[in-house]
Amino acid sequence: MKIHQLSMFLENKPGRLSEPCRLLADAGISIVTLSLADTQQFGIMRLIVHDWEKARKVLESAGCVVNVTEVVATEVDDQPGGLAKILEVIEQAKVNIEYMYAFTFRSGDKAVLVFRFNDPDAAVEVLKAKGINVIGNVELY
Amino acid sequence: MSNRVLRQNRCAFSGVNMSSFVVENRIWDPAELMQRQERAALQLERLRETVARAARVPFYQKIFEKDGITPEKLKTLDDLRRLPFTTKDDMRDNYPLGLCAVPRAELARIHGSSGTTGVPTFVGYTKNDLKIWANLCARFLVAGGLRPEHTVQVAFGYGLFTGGFGLHYGIEEVGAAIIPAASGNTPRQIMLMRDLEPDVLICTPSYALNVAEVMHSMGLDPHGMSVKYAHFGGEMWTEDLRVEIENQTGILAFNNYGLSEIIGPGVSGECAVREGMHLQEDHFLVECLDPETLEPVEDYAYGELVITALTREAMPMIRYRTRDIAAMDPCLCECGRTTRRMSRVMGRSDDMLIIRGVNVFPSQIEEALLAVEGTAPHYLIEVDRPGALDEVSVKVEVNPGFFSDKMSEMQDLRDRIDRKIQGYTGLHARVELVAPKTIERSAGKAVRVIDHRLTRK
Ligand SMILES: [Zn+2]
Repeated sequence: MKIHQLSMFLENKPGRLSEPCRLLADAGISIVTLSLADTQQFGIMRLIVHDWEKARKVLESAGCVVNVTEVVATEVDDQPGGLAKILEVIEQAKVNIEYMYAFTFRSGDKAVLVFRFNDPDAAVEVLKAKGINVIGNVELY
Repeated sequence: MSNRVLRQNRCAFSGVNMSSFVVENRIWDPAELMQRQERAALQLERLRETVARAARVPFYQKIFEKDGITPEKLKTLDDLRRLPFTTKDDMRDNYPLGLCAVPRAELARIHGSSGTTGVPTFVGYTKNDLKIWANLCARFLVAGGLRPEHTVQVAFGYGLFTGGFGLHYGIEEVGAAIIPAASGNTPRQIMLMRDLEPDVLICTPSYALNVAEVMHSMGLDPHGMSVKYAHFGGEMWTEDLRVEIENQTGILAFNNYGLSEIIGPGVSGECAVREGMHLQEDHFLVECLDPETLEPVEDYAYGELVITALTREAMPMIRYRTRDIAAMDPCLCECGRTTRRMSRVMGRSDDMLIIRGVNVFPSQIEEALLAVEGTAPHYLIEVDRPGALDEVSVKVEVNPGFFSDKMSEMQDLRDRIDRKIQGYTGLHARVELVAPKTIERSAGKAVRVIDHRLTRK
């Protein structure tokens, strides 16, 4: 139950963020969520979209550098302690998190946590064994 | 130039190919096999003839009269050092054809060099000059695999630039078929390559890389193309770039050297051994001098090439300061040619950047970039002096094959480039990763350096 995440290299300049978003919008692809990691000079944009394969084609044909990685998304109650519980499970299982980000979707009472693990398969096993709801592409869209 | 730079680059002198021949070794002209003593005698005889011809040019005549130089006074080749230098400025001062030694009616062609630094300069050829030139080009083309049954795509500009027509008549001399594609219009070049199936490609190395890139974007695999050999010239390039191009295309790349002021392509070229370019010494007397002291440097050490053309009728050129930095290898080559070989040109004495007192050549930065895995060879060096100190930034395009969603890996890539540049040049540069295809491409010579210090008052 892994999700495909697109990441893109962006120069840290005005307008660089809106360009890819505009490309996707023009192609009729909606963005589920977006996260940015940046330094003073460049950034990495990470995207979860509907139809990642089409999105990749659209971005690459516009000359963008696009990378596809598998990430793990889990659902958590949007209330105090929700995140801490999941992180404790991951820590106890000694699974290494490269980075993570969170967003809320649908009704808004649930938050989705997106994790980039070194070993996503092992991480999914651990989370499932502890009864944590791992979301697949279909449910997320 | 500092000795440190020379030593650092000594390693770049030997070629990548450790075994012997990469193509069948054939010799076009028996003169390439002449005994060295015999050739030296011919050089002296031709040097005297050159001085006699040059004496008809007012510019040389004045100097010869002042210095008491006559052909008879040249007793050995060492007497070459009594002759004056000729510079690009001398050519400009005698614009447009003041250095010609023949009446205008005897000219058969006029070429020119692009006026990147100001006024263009023109070079005249007699009919005989053109015949010799074609033969010189044929020599290195055959040394690098060209056969009469081949088809050659010439993607050099046909015009004042000597590359297009020079190679064209050399190929014709060999008897191969020519596709005179000329430069630019990459999709059309690729169409010609796909449909006419040439065996040999002639262009600048950076353009070859551009063609490979466009092929990829069109969904074509360069390895599937018919081109087996390429003869690259017209700009400086590195051994690493050769490996990069050969890996990306499967083409065997040969280097050749020449300059319009002397004749054009044909001064030297690689044989099947590909460890240095054989100088056509029966037609050119080549010195390698320290650009500051103008004293000869030792064999294998880098210096400025100073060339005397020995057979040019229309425009005899005496001790022309090429500004090209290269090294000489006097060892006899496996291929049987008895001429000395020169290294690839590793810099221009003009382009040498002096940054915080350190001599740096753009080629060193290029080598550093290529040594870092995953870095595409598209880059731009910018030098500025915003305050008291020089600052260097190097913009490097992120390679689609090397991009990570992890920030730590991207920062690590940047740090590795930074350390490599420091290792190759001794300088700390600000490395900026930029998006692919944001650095301008060109069909001709690539702009690799912008020195903003020159435009600050
Ligand atoms: Zn050889």
